[in-house]
Amino acid sequence: MTSSNWQFDTEKSLVESHGLKLEEFEKIVEGLGREPNLTELGIFSAMWNEHCSYKSSKYWLKKLPTSGERVIQGPGENAGVIDIDDGDVAVFKMESHNHPSFLEPYQGAATGVGGILRDVFTMGARPVANMNALRFGDPNHPKTKHLVSGVVGGIGGYGNCIGIPTVGGEVNFHPSYNGNILVNAMTVGIAKKDKIFYSAAAGIGNPVVYVGSKTGRDGIHGATMASAEFDDDSEEKKPTVQVGDPFTEKLLLEACLELMKEDAIIAIQDMGAAGLTSSSIEMASKGNVGIDINLSKVPMRAANMTAYELMLSESQERMLMVIQPKKEELARSIFKKWDLEFEIIGEVTDTKKLILHMDGEEQASIPINILVEDAPEYQRDYIVNDPSPLINFESKDFEDKDILSDLLKMMSHPNLCSRKWIWEQYDHMVMADTVVRPGSDAAVVRVHGTNKGIAISTDCSPTYCRHNPYEGGKHAVVETWRNIVASGAEPIAITDCMNFGNPEKPEIMGQFVECIRGMGDACSKLNYPVISGNVSLYNETNGEGIYPTPAIGGVGLIRDLSNTMTISLKNEGNVLCLIGENNNHLGNSHYLSIIQNREDGGTPSINLDDELKNGKFILDCVAKKLLKSVHDVGEGGVLVAIAEMCISGMQGIKIDITKDFLHGFFFGEDQARYLVEISKNKLEQIEVDASKSGVKIERIGEIGGTSISINSIGEIELSSLIDHHTKWFNEF
Amino acid sequence: MKTHVIVFPGSNCDRDVAVAIQNIIGSSPEMVWHKDSTIKQSDLIVVPGGFSYGDYLRCGAMASTSPIMKSVIENANKGVPVMGICNGFQILIESGLLQGALIRNSSLSFICRDIIIKPTNTKTIFTNKSKISKMPIAHNEGNYFADSNQIKEIEDNDQIAFQYCDENGHINAHSNPNGSINNIAGVFNKSKNVLGMMPHPERAAESIHGCDDGRNIFESLLS
Repeated sequence: MTSSNWQFDTEKSLVESHGLKLEEFEKIVEGLGREPNLTELGIFSAMWNEHCSYKSSKYWLKKLPTSGERVIQGPGENAGVIDIDDGDVAVFKMESHNHPSFLEPYQGAATGVGGILRDVFTMGARPVANMNALRFGDPNHPKTKHLVSGVVGGIGGYGNCIGIPTVGGEVNFHPSYNGNILVNAMTVGIAKKDKIFYSAAAGIGNPVVYVGSKTGRDGIHGATMASAEFDDDSEEKKPTVQVGDPFTEKLLLEACLELMKEDAIIAIQDMGAAGLTSSSIEMASKGNVGIDINLSKVPMRAANMTAYELMLSESQERMLMVIQPKKEELARSIFKKWDLEFEIIGEVTDTKKLILHMDGEEQASIPINILVEDAPEYQRDYIVNDPSPLINFESKDFEDKDILSDLLKMMSHPNLCSRKWIWEQYDHMVMADTVVRPGSDAAVVRVHGTNKGIAISTDCSPTYCRHNPYEGGKHAVVETWRNIVASGAEPIAITDCMNFGNPEKPEIMGQFVECIRGMGDACSKLNYPVISGNVSLYNETNGEGIYPTPAIGGVGLIRDLSNTMTISLKNEGNVLCLIGENNNHLGNSHYLSIIQNREDGGTPSINLDDELKNGKFILDCVAKKLLKSVHDVGEGGVLVAIAEMCISGMQGIKIDITKDFLHGFFFGEDQARYLVEISKNKLEQIEVDASKSGVKIERIGEIGGTSISINSIGEIELSSLIDHHTKWFNEF
Repeated sequence: MKTHVIVFPGSNCDRDVAVAIQNIIGSSPEMVWHKDSTIKQSDLIVVPGGFSYGDYLRCGAMASTSPIMKSVIENANKGVPVMGICNGFQILIESGLLQGALIRNSSLSFICRDIIIKPTNTKTIFTNKSKISKMPIAHNEGNYFADSNQIKEIEDNDQIAFQYCDENGHINAHSNPNGSINNIAGVFNKSKNVLGMMPHPERAAESIHGCDDGRNIFESLLS
C-alpha cells in the first residue's frame, strides 16, 4: 500500500502515529472485516508493536535451544522455570527497560525492576534475588553521570523498599550508548514444583479479576514508544514513562502469594507493557477462550478516563486473574487485608473474542486470533558483515616495563574499576540468605531453609559482539557459564535480553542473526538452554544504533553451600595457578581500548570443547574441596583478575613467571581460563589430575604480603591499587 | 521465651528476625499483624526493619499510628523488652518510646554494608553479652540526631546503646557511616527495656552470613 491510494476513512496520520505500518492497517481491516474504531486501533498498536509482538525477532528466537532435563517451563510464559531438586524450582527472567530509563532514569529503572519482579511472582514464586545489566555512554559524556545516578537510585529505590536483595550485576561504558542507555533487570524467584501458576484463562463464565493499584493515565503508549527510535525531540516522550510504587508492589506480592496458597487462582498475568490490553489478550489466547470486560468496573485514579486510555495505560503494580467463582469472597478478603483494589471486571467466554463494554456501550470486539496468531511476523533482510580482522600482536609492539603502571590505569578505568559505590546503594542482604555478595564472579543466594544455593551471573561484551557477532554471542553465554562454574555451581539455564538497533537495517538484523547463532551454539554445547527472555530493538538515536548487546543472565545450582567459591584470596603461602591455554590474544581487549585507545584486533574465538573441559575440571576440584578461591579470567585478562582477587581477599601475591611476551600473557583475553588458589600440599595432586584430563595448568605465584610483585618488573602496594580502583565512583 | 514480631505493611525483615529468634532463642515468635490491637503476654517484642508504608511521609511516621502500637507502648511501659531494628528504630522514635530523630544519611545515599559497633552500656538486658561487633547496615535515614540538651541527657543516663567504631573500638569520624551525632548507632529508653538500633543483628546471625556477631544481642536476652 502506498500513500497515494489510501482508501480508508481512518486518517492515515492516525495510523502512523500509532506506530503501525500502512500495510499492517490493511491487515487489521481484512481481519475485522471493517475499519477499527479508535480503541481497537490502540489495542492493535499495543499488540503489534515490536516490544509485544516480537515480529522481527520471533523467527530467529525459535532457533535457540529451550529444553533440557531441568527445564520445566521454557520461553512463552511470564518467566521460565527450572528444577532445582527436592520439589523446588527457580523461576527467572531478564527484561529491558531501556527507552524509559533514558528519558527518566530513576522511574525508568525502578519500574523495570517492578515489572520483572511481577513477572516472577505471577508464576507463584517468591522473588529472592535481583540482578541487572547496565550500559551507559562515554564516561565523560555530559549526561552519563546523571543517568548512572538516576538508574542506580531507581534500582535501589524499588528493590530496597520491596525487600528483595539486589545481589549483583554488570555495568559498562561505551560511546555507542550515548543516546540509548540499556537497563536490563533480572529477578530470580523460588517456588514449589507443584505450585506454579500460569496465564491460560479457563472455565467459561469464570470471573476475571483486577487487583492491585488503580489505573491512571501514566505510561499510555509506553510499549509503542519502546518500539521506536529516538531523535532530538525524544524528551517530549517523557509522559509515556510510568511511575513506580514499590510499597504497593510489596503489598501485591504478599497478597498474591497468600492467595496462591489457596486453591483459588485459575490463571494470573501481570499488567506490564500494554497493560490491560496485553494481559487480557494473552490470558485469552493461551486458554483459547474469549474475555468480556466491563471497563466501567476498572478502578480508576483519574476522572473521565476513556476506554482507549484504560486499555493502554501502563500504570504499575496491577494484576489480572481468573479465579474459582466459589473463592471470590476469600480472595476479596485477602486483598482487602492488604488495602489493595479487588474488582471483578469481566468473565471468561467461549466467543474467542476480546469484547469491551463501557457505560453500557460496546467499545471493542476483536477476535483474539487476529491479534495474536495473525500478528505480523517479518523475516527481515539481513547482511552479515565480515568480522573485524584478527591482529597477531607481538612482544616487540610493547614496552614490557610499563606493566604495573598500565595495570593501575586499567584498574581505575570506569569499565574495570570497583562497583562498590553502586552495590552499596542496593540492599544486597535483606532476606538474610545472601551467601556471596556483589563483587565476585557470581552472586550466590541460599534457598531459604536449605543448605543449597543458586548462583546468578549477568554478562555481555558488546565490543566483542560488534566486531564478531557470532563469537560475541557465544561469549556472552559462556562468560555467565564460567562465572557460575567459578562460584562452585552447576550451570543450568539462561535468560536473555536482546538489545539491538533498528532491525529494518540489514546490517543490524545481521548482527542479531549472528549473535543468536553464536548463543545457540554455546547453549547447545554446554547444555545450558534459554528459558525466558526479552527483545529490545530500535535502540537508536538520530540513526545511530547501539552496539549489539545480547545480555545474558545465567543461573546455576550449588547442592552443598560449603562448596561455594569466591574470588577472594584466602591464605598466605597458597599458590595461584592459571587453568587454560594462553595465546596472547590482545585483539579488542580492555588493554587496547584503555591504554592505547584502540578498538581493533578482533574478538577472541571461543573453543566450546575447551570451555566444557576446563569448567568440568574446576567443578571436579571444587567437589573434592581442592580449591580455596576461583576467579574466571575475563575482561582485562590475567593480571586484572589477579588484582581483583588480591583486593577482594586483602592479600598480596608474588608473581614468578617467565614469558617472552608479558603484555600478551598479562592482558590478553583468551577464553576458557580460570585462576585458582591451591594450598601447597594439594598442588601436585591437582597438577596430576589436570594432566590426566588434558587441562593446562600453570603456577603463577605465591600468595602473601601487601603488594602485587612481579619478578624482574617491580611491585605495587595493594593500598595504592585500591585507591585507584575506587576513585572514579567515589568522586561521583 | 514468648516473643512477638510486629508486621506492618512494608515490613521486610520480619521473616529474617523471626528466623534469628528461632535459631538463637529457640522458639519461633508469634507474628502480629499491625491491625491487631493487643499483645497479652510477651517476653520480647520486636519491631522489624523494612519500609513500613513505603517510608512515605516520613520513615516510621505512619506505622507509629497503627492500632498495635498502643499495645506495644503499654507493654514497654510495663517493662517488657521492646527492640526496634532499622525501620523499627524509626517507628519507636516516631511513637515516642525513644528520643531523638533519624534523618537522611549525610551521604544522601542508601548505604548497605558491614560496619562495626561497640556497646556503650553493657549492663542492660540487650547488651550484657555484647562486644565489639560487625554487622550490616542498610538504610537511607539512619543519621541519628538530637539537640545538645537531649544528647547530654541520654549520655548522662547511659542511654546510648551502640556507637559506630573501627576494628580496634575507636570511635572516630572515619568509622561513622551516616553522620550520626557521636557515632550513635542505637539508643535505649530511660529504663533500658526499649532498644532501637540501625544495624541488623539478624543479618549477622549464622556462619553463612560471613559473621555471626549479631547473635550476642539475642543471647543477652536469654541470660
